[in-house]
Amino acid sequence: MVVFALLIISKAGGLIYNREFNAGLAKLSSNDLLILAGTFHGVHAITRSLAPVATHPANRLSSAPPSSIAAPFPLRPTGLEVLESSHFRLTCFQTVTGTKFLLFTEPSQPNVDVVIKRIYELYADFVMKNPFYTIEMPVRCQKFDGALDGYIKGNVR
Amino acid sequence: MSTNPPSSAGKPAQQALQQQTRTPTPSGLRYPSNKKTIYDRNINRTKTSELSRAAFAYLFVEMIAYAQKRVTGIADLEKRLNNQGYPLGLKLLDLLLLRSTVPSTPPTTRPTRILPLLQFITTTLWRHLFARPADALERSAANPAEYMVTDNAPLVNEYISVPREISSFNAAAFVSGIVEGVCDGAGFRTEGVSAHWVGEGDAAEGGKAEMWPGKTIFLIKFAPEVLEREEVMGKGG
Repeated sequence: MVVFALLIISKAGGLIYNREFNAGLAKLSSNDLLILAGTFHGVHAITRSLAPVATHPANRLSSAPPSSIAAPFPLRPTGLEVLESSHFRLTCFQTVTGTKFLLFTEPSQPNVDVVIKRIYELYADFVMKNPFYTIEMPVRCQKFDGALDGYIKGNVR
Repeated sequence: MSTNPPSSAGKPAQQALQQQTRTPTPSGLRYPSNKKTIYDRNINRTKTSELSRAAFAYLFVEMIAYAQKRVTGIADLEKRLNNQGYPLGLKLLDLLLLRSTVPSTPPTTRPTRILPLLQFITTTLWRHLFARPADALERSAANPAEYMVTDNAPLVNEYISVPREISSFNAAAFVSGIVEGVCDGAGFRTEGVSAHWVGEGDAAEGGKAEMWPGKTIFLIKFAPEVLEREEVMGKGG
């Protein structure tokens, strides 16, 4: 039961945060990490458009009653959510605004969705409520680092 | 904020005139549709109500962003935050004193000595703002005019990570502005109230600083005439 690393990708596809909690993944240079983030962003966009047509609400809008148009977040394909190999599992959580949280864990790690939701909460608290953080820019917030460490090391392992 | 609704082109001229005569001078007070201002409400109505911490955090982010516009340095930024808090302190003093009374008794008087004033700040004011008293109150050993109020984890700093370039900046300058407003409103002129981090780079105090990484000291420096008066009042009994 190990959480290896966390990556946060901005909605433009740039890597804005990366942190390794436990050794186990191959070490990547920061350049490679940027490429990985950009590639994942592209793959994610492709998987989203691969979704079957029937689930796409835009195609039903013309026949649906007008009340369904007002729904704030219509059900739409979200793209790649889990990628699993024999050595690790990649879980992707995308926020409503398009920021992606990538969590690398062992394949047997339970409750990854709970962990990733909690990480999203920490991000909302310590990054978005920080007056010195510029949106879409790399995250450099001590308190976010500290809170992540405290949560991952205290509760997950 | 103007109380006049924007007059539309189709409105009769007479009606527009009436609107203007009803509000001769904009007083800065907002008039809700039921014509009751904040002063018409019961003073104890919001005594126990609480605010969303996230809403305050986002508002405070914008306040800092606003204060950051065209500043020359950290001291200037803290001064601006201090100025934002000052009017709050002036009003909170009166509000909290009025609220602390039992109905049908004469209202509580303002504190006239330094210690009751500081007690008021560390308990009544702190409880009202942060729902807990301040963590410590000390008198400076070096300068009798200086008092220190300690808060181990100020609410305003809860989500703020200060970048390394301006690591001495403390957003609690806003709170120090409130404290300054309370002191001034009670007639205790100060030479400034400032917020400082504790144990920054202090290796000896490492253990303490680690437990409360956001520990902040509010340094209150009273003006010499306040101390003089205090001395006279002390002799008089």
